[in-house]
Amino acid sequence: MVRDTEVLVLGGGSTGCGIARDLATRGLEVTLVERGTLTDGTTGRMHGLLHSGGRYAVSDRASATECIEENETLREIAGHCVEETGGLFVKRPEDSDDYFRAKLEGCRDCGIPARVLSGREAREIEPYLAEDVERAIEVPDGAVDPFRLCVANAVDAEAHGARIETHAEVIDLLREGDDVYGVEVRHGAGPGKRSDAAAGTTEEITAEYVVNATGAWAGQIGSMADLEIEVRPSKGVMTIMNVRQVDTVINRCRPKGDADIVVPHETTAILGTTDEEVADPDDYPEERWEVEAMIDTLSELVPILAESRTIRSFWGVRPLYEPPGTDTQDPTDITRDFFLLDHADRDGVAGISSIVGGKFTTYRAMAEEIADHVCAKLGVTASCSTADEPLPGSENLERLEAGMDDFGLRSPVARRSKQRLGSRASEVLETDEPNPVICQCEGVTRAEVRDAIEGSGADLNAVRIRTRASMGNCQGGFCCQNVAHELHPQYDEATVRAALDELFAERWKGQRHALWGEQLSQAMLNYALHATTMNRDRDPADATGDVDFAAFDDGGARGAEPRRDD
Amino acid sequence: MAIEDDVLVVGGGLAGATAALAAVERDVRVRLVSHKQSTLRHASGLIDVLGYTPAGEGPLSDPFPALADLPEGHPYERVGAEAVRDALAFFDGIAGDAYAGAHTDANALVPTHGGTVKPTARYPAATAAGLASDDRDALLVGFGTLPDFEAPLAAAHLEGAGVPFAARGVTVRFPGIERDDAKVTRYAHLLDRDERVETAAGESTARTALAETVRPHLEGESRVGFPAVLGDDRADAVRADLADRLGVDVFEVPMGPPSLPGLRLEDLLFDALSDAGVRVTTGVPVVDYETGAHGAGSSGPARIDRVTVDRNGSEVPHSADQYVLATGGLVGKGVESDRERVSEPVFDCHVPHPADRYDWFVDDVFGDQPYARFGLPVDRDLRPLDADDALEFANLRAAGAVLGGHDFAAEKSGSGVSLATGYVAGRRAAEGCR
Repeated sequence: MVRDTEVLVLGGGSTGCGIARDLATRGLEVTLVERGTLTDGTTGRMHGLLHSGGRYAVSDRASATECIEENETLREIAGHCVEETGGLFVKRPEDSDDYFRAKLEGCRDCGIPARVLSGREAREIEPYLAEDVERAIEVPDGAVDPFRLCVANAVDAEAHGARIETHAEVIDLLREGDDVYGVEVRHGAGPGKRSDAAAGTTEEITAEYVVNATGAWAGQIGSMADLEIEVRPSKGVMTIMNVRQVDTVINRCRPKGDADIVVPHETTAILGTTDEEVADPDDYPEERWEVEAMIDTLSELVPILAESRTIRSFWGVRPLYEPPGTDTQDPTDITRDFFLLDHADRDGVAGISSIVGGKFTTYRAMAEEIADHVCAKLGVTASCSTADEPLPGSENLERLEAGMDDFGLRSPVARRSKQRLGSRASEVLETDEPNPVICQCEGVTRAEVRDAIEGSGADLNAVRIRTRASMGNCQGGFCCQNVAHELHPQYDEATVRAALDELFAERWKGQRHALWGEQLSQAMLNYALHATTMNRDRDPADATGDVDFAAFDDGGARGAEPRRDD
Repeated sequence: MAIEDDVLVVGGGLAGATAALAAVERDVRVRLVSHKQSTLRHASGLIDVLGYTPAGEGPLSDPFPALADLPEGHPYERVGAEAVRDALAFFDGIAGDAYAGAHTDANALVPTHGGTVKPTARYPAATAAGLASDDRDALLVGFGTLPDFEAPLAAAHLEGAGVPFAARGVTVRFPGIERDDAKVTRYAHLLDRDERVETAAGESTARTALAETVRPHLEGESRVGFPAVLGDDRADAVRADLADRLGVDVFEVPMGPPSLPGLRLEDLLFDALSDAGVRVTTGVPVVDYETGAHGAGSSGPARIDRVTVDRNGSEVPHSADQYVLATGGLVGKGVESDRERVSEPVFDCHVPHPADRYDWFVDDVFGDQPYARFGLPVDRDLRPLDADDALEFANLRAAGAVLGGHDFAAEKSGSGVSLATGYVAGRRAAEGCR
């Protein structure tokens, strides 16, 4: 039987995109389907920490070792997605000395470069650290842009012939007897480079082999073919500050707990997180206490956070998994290891494996292992090259820095653009057309927005994650309509308006958890700009009834000149 | 020794300036102090009165009948519909030829930079030829370097709204703009001064070059709309010059911040303040106040005796008989908040709000937002009320966006509320002087 594709990957997060890249570069025919935008699930909802492994150095040394290896690999192959911030595990007076020693030993045993700093030395690196921080362990933590990294994997997979299909929701697994041979997807509605297919239509995609890389949603997918996969989704909140209070990753040096990390990320700092098991990865409460805990607890480490401006909070769900029978009660105790469930071995159903658990930092190693497994199933002998071949954007970064001019951009804008685009900067920014800044907060120019539209169509949230446009202080209030303008004339007016509405609503969603002080003022200003000046809340073009234009002032065009002096 | 006036207005936006102008008409000594730049630079420069009812009905072709039905506590309900008319007439007198729309009670529908139309009561003369009820076909012109206004998209949007004319848009290069991120004031000044610019056809002046750039795109339209960058100090001359050269009417489409029509309105108001003899001090926050003797017996509300302003680090006392608070809403920082509460920072007047900040908003971004209504409750004399509906102070009135009880963005009522309450607060303050 002829199949549409050799391997079908379900899920457009870091794992799915990593697998697609790995298999495509080994020469396999790959199709990836994602129900929303790339990174829509867990990948786009993390704090952007590139683990050194220090976090796991006491409790889970295998993970720690894997993290430091992958950390070093990603710095090599994805330099344009990684900021080498370094990290500190800081100890307050009430935190245990024994744990501090265990952390240090664990780091050394796992090959994680670690150095002990006095409180004073730590404050020299991070002046806003609390006065009573006693000691710290310095480790090579980093910050990573999960959007950029995930998209780079997808782009490279596409360059090797893969089909990447976003806004394609799996509505059924195709199973015949004991064999899964594909999926049925429904193509998404609304604006976007959704697919070649019309919105609302369904499509059957058949494959030699299916990889279920849907993370926290793996159980839902499995159940479509009567496979039981016991993922335990666990939610965590992240709160975004409007500036970087710290330039180093700050971890609290104690066993576990909510609110113990601050990650500098681009122009912001991200506070994390909570760990609460939830029943449904799509529907869980986003609670005020979680936001309060981030600010109140982390200001014990960095006191200035208590008075600082937050711009939004967002929640993600971890795809936690533990083998049946373990019965861990507290989600923070569930392992962060990943598990490859071969449903042929496990359930007697061939043609599909699921990948569950795991963590972002080791996505590439996971992808390699799964790709090896798939290749074995399909009798393919090609080997993995993803640890050695740089991702698109990360080739020749040194030469880029040395040799590139600034494309007529003001230097801070050019610097930001180069950081985001890496070695693709020339290709994107060299233009004879006017290239004004579209998003002032993040310094994103028209050329960059148009490049993202080229890659992702009229889905402005996909444009956002590729460019960071609308992710700064104003949260899109000043720029999201200008981002939308760039869709025209390629997309018609109604599509542009719907795309703008979608982006504006998405930006509002996270701000709801930051509505006090400066950000409440900002929200009111954004509301006023969009509702007052642009009348977007009551736009006659969106209304059902017609406007009786003749009843309004026409300035005298229908009759006498306007009166001027009475 | 304190600086002494009869009326002290705190705040330099539309409400504060109107209050000061209304007060000084009564031959009292008036001073206006303001801290930050006013929010007029964010505003379109349009004078909205009421475009939609609080229930969302509209656009209202005539705002006045709807004023009678506003809920208790709405600023218009507090001052009454006649005061709104009086205030508009007062504004018309100040604005003169700079604004139009006074010839009719009807609202105008003005195309703005997003391509929507919005109802408004008064509009700058620069916008007059662009009204959406005017059935003449329109050409919209955008500039490649100004991403705020995408003219072909705006034209398509207007047609989507069902306007009774054909709209078409083109994007051109603005002659003389070299930088891709020039400020809007750079465009305006280039045209104000009619600077020499280089074009493909040789050297020219900015206005001529712009007209020549646009001319080939005209296809019989009798009016042409530009983003609101057509001059600053000499906007009328720029517009007239372009109209002459193109042989069509020329109008501006109001834009987002920084907004030249908003800045021009601010200039107009400050010129009027200066002409009227109002003493104006800008850049000075009010940092403290003192109360004096109580009004009607010791149980009555306190009187504000004096306020202290911070002028470059030195504290300067100002005393007046009557005070007007016109410091703006959440945007202007006349209303502030932290994680626990919403407050008014100058006199700590009562601001009603839900105790849980998760009740300050609703999930739909354009839904009925409680935060949009944050502000002071006042009596019908515009005096702020405390939690027990008693007067906060005997000699303080409030005006403009610092007032609660209305959602100016949804209603399109911001300027009208500022004018009407500013006018009433200023006049009553002057009348109340001992």
